[in-house]
Amino acid sequence: MRSKSSANAAESAANRHPLIVFAGNPNAGKTTLFNALTGSSQKVGNYPGVTVERVSSEIKLNGQTVEFLDVPGLYSLDPVSEDERVAVGAIQGAPGFPRPDVMVVVIDASNFERNLYLFSMLAETQIPIVVALSMEDRYAEQGFTIDHDQLQALLGVEVISAAGGKNAEELKQAIWRCLQNPRSARIGPESTRETEITILQERLARQGADLTRKMISEELTNPTNRFDDAPEIAEAFARAREKISQAGKYSDPANISDRYKWSVTVEKQVTRGQPTSNLTLTDRIDRILIHRVFGLAIFIGLMYLVFFSIYTLARPVMDAIQGSFDWAGARISPSLAGVPIIQSLLVDGLLQGVGSVMVFLPQILILFFFIAMLEGTGYLSRAAFLMDRLLGWCGLNGRAFIPLLSSFACAVPGILAARVLPDQRSRLATILVAPLMSCSARLPVYLLLIGAFIEPSFGPYWAGLALFAMHLVGLAAAVPIVWFINKKMLKGNRLPFILELPPYEWPRWRDVWLAMYFRARVFVKTAGTIIVVMSVIIWGLTSFPNFNSPKQERLSGSYLASFGRALEPAFRPAGFDWRITTAILSAFPARETVVPSLGIIFRSESEDRAQLSESIKRATWPDGRKLISPATAIAIMVFFALCCQCMSTLAAIKRETNSLRWPLFVFTYMTVLAYISAVACQWAFGWIR
Amino acid sequence: MVAQAVMIPFDELKVGMHAKVVQFDRTNALTRLMEMGFTPGAEFTVLKVAPFGDPIEIDLRGYRLCIRKAEMEGVEIEIIR
Repeated sequence: MRSKSSANAAESAANRHPLIVFAGNPNAGKTTLFNALTGSSQKVGNYPGVTVERVSSEIKLNGQTVEFLDVPGLYSLDPVSEDERVAVGAIQGAPGFPRPDVMVVVIDASNFERNLYLFSMLAETQIPIVVALSMEDRYAEQGFTIDHDQLQALLGVEVISAAGGKNAEELKQAIWRCLQNPRSARIGPESTRETEITILQERLARQGADLTRKMISEELTNPTNRFDDAPEIAEAFARAREKISQAGKYSDPANISDRYKWSVTVEKQVTRGQPTSNLTLTDRIDRILIHRVFGLAIFIGLMYLVFFSIYTLARPVMDAIQGSFDWAGARISPSLAGVPIIQSLLVDGLLQGVGSVMVFLPQILILFFFIAMLEGTGYLSRAAFLMDRLLGWCGLNGRAFIPLLSSFACAVPGILAARVLPDQRSRLATILVAPLMSCSARLPVYLLLIGAFIEPSFGPYWAGLALFAMHLVGLAAAVPIVWFINKKMLKGNRLPFILELPPYEWPRWRDVWLAMYFRARVFVKTAGTIIVVMSVIIWGLTSFPNFNSPKQERLSGSYLASFGRALEPAFRPAGFDWRITTAILSAFPARETVVPSLGIIFRSESEDRAQLSESIKRATWPDGRKLISPATAIAIMVFFALCCQCMSTLAAIKRETNSLRWPLFVFTYMTVLAYISAVACQWAFGWIR
Repeated sequence: MVAQAVMIPFDELKVGMHAKVVQFDRTNALTRLMEMGFTPGAEFTVLKVAPFGDPIEIDLRGYRLCIRKAEMEGVEIEIIR
């Protein structure tokens, strides 16, 4: 699927609406809050020059239009990943980004120290801030509450409770107040000073010297000889002065410790309560879900459940969609009988083509439903934890599991999701194998062939297993390939693997629904553009030059068929005849088109409107042998599993790697691999009858 | 009475151990780890070891973080209990 071009990059900077950015740690509840405030009015675009999604929404605030912008989650203003770089750019108003007017900083109350670490950096941007405090309910379960007034006083900005996206109106009004009367936070070097004073005061108290904060502050500003006889104390003062002068510098290790000391000081002052029980719900769930044995078993079971659901649940809806397109075709056909070219173009070309793509929609929705659920509950990170060693030895890491899993829906969002990998090497390696994951566009081929050749003779359980196996083929091929790529082709240093496991949560239906909605929208848009064009082109290639002959001759004498025949000898070892070859060729721009192509090729031979699977089952070689044996069916499926038949994927790789070299590399290695594997399957499975 | 702190190599950490970061080799690679709150003086508890021995899950500053033992060379830690 294509993402929007970055043409809207240079949006008019002048005369723009006030810009409100939402910043915070990953997993702090930022997206939930953003969704609650904006709903489906979100616009999903791209940041200029990069492919990080820019999620924004224009809303009316007390009659004035303002723009809300959800920046990617970040841990620090010293970015390590593409996502973070963009987030930092958007926050700091780097060239190409308008400077925000107000920043809503989402702080996870149950993860206070680390969230406050980021806050200490955000505060120094001097952008007016409103704090949205999330996850207070979770913190309360652990036995703690946060004193809002005290926190407000310490940070110098308004603090609004925003647990689970509630209090949306109150937060909007706080944003409004901040726009009218901007308040930036009062921390940073000043607060480092405060922290140092506290530390010095405690230290002096231990040695029996009771100094007021004011006295210490004066001593820090104007050193006296008061502590000459206590060199340790004098030295402590000197160190404190040094730290204060250094405050405000990022990624200096000493500075990181300082910021954390500050955040601990704040936490101590605003937190009330006692820890309740040591074992939280998350601890108890994790005992099982990331258990050495059960954890892996459950993971595999879950993945099987996902694919089994796609196979079974989507079926009736798919049939309904296909049925409605067929019905529309049958209704339109007679009225155009006078102009056969237009009739054929509309019914056989456009309706067939678009219908065959829309048929995927239920599967895409189901898959994204599962991904959104797994992500929303926090399970995806556990899966990354379980998978890290398996993916790690060949140079990927557990995090790559997420882009790779997304690639099972579609490689394009998967390739985009590789941005979550902070180090460039793992990111590139992940991008290069993501297209091997069996995307949902391959599903119709599997469903068609498994339905026609495996299910009738071996039953539904083997059919489900075969479908699962087809999804493992690409994964199995990816491991040695990524190992090779990592060892022989990629350079650059790697960052350590760092992964946060957020507490488990019930996913919010609104977030799940929105994730599904946006994916589906992008998908339908693609169907409306590339696929329409491709359908017409394939229709043209299969209908001419003999348009006026009967259907069968029209096709067998078409441009595409002659091309397929020319290549048949090359595909013969895999057991493919010119018809299968033709279908494969027609699918190189977008594999979605293969089933409609098969439909045009095989159905037109049998004049009755039998089901496609019946037609391909009956197809024979010229000598009367069955065209597709189980081995050939497997060979076709494996070919489709491994071959790179997707222009959109190659375009995404080019964009993400900013070079032509990598998409060419991917195209070449996948095509060669697919061909060799198809031939091997024909040999290996020839015994199946 | 304060127990004697014992320095151990990172890969000898076991589930349930409570440890403290002593110091770091200051390489850039580990800066991000510090930014996650893994600073000298920070204490953590080992919660889980992944099925194949690495990575490990630790409780650090009230949240759960996964790191690879194999990548913690140059990090000095001591066992508290």
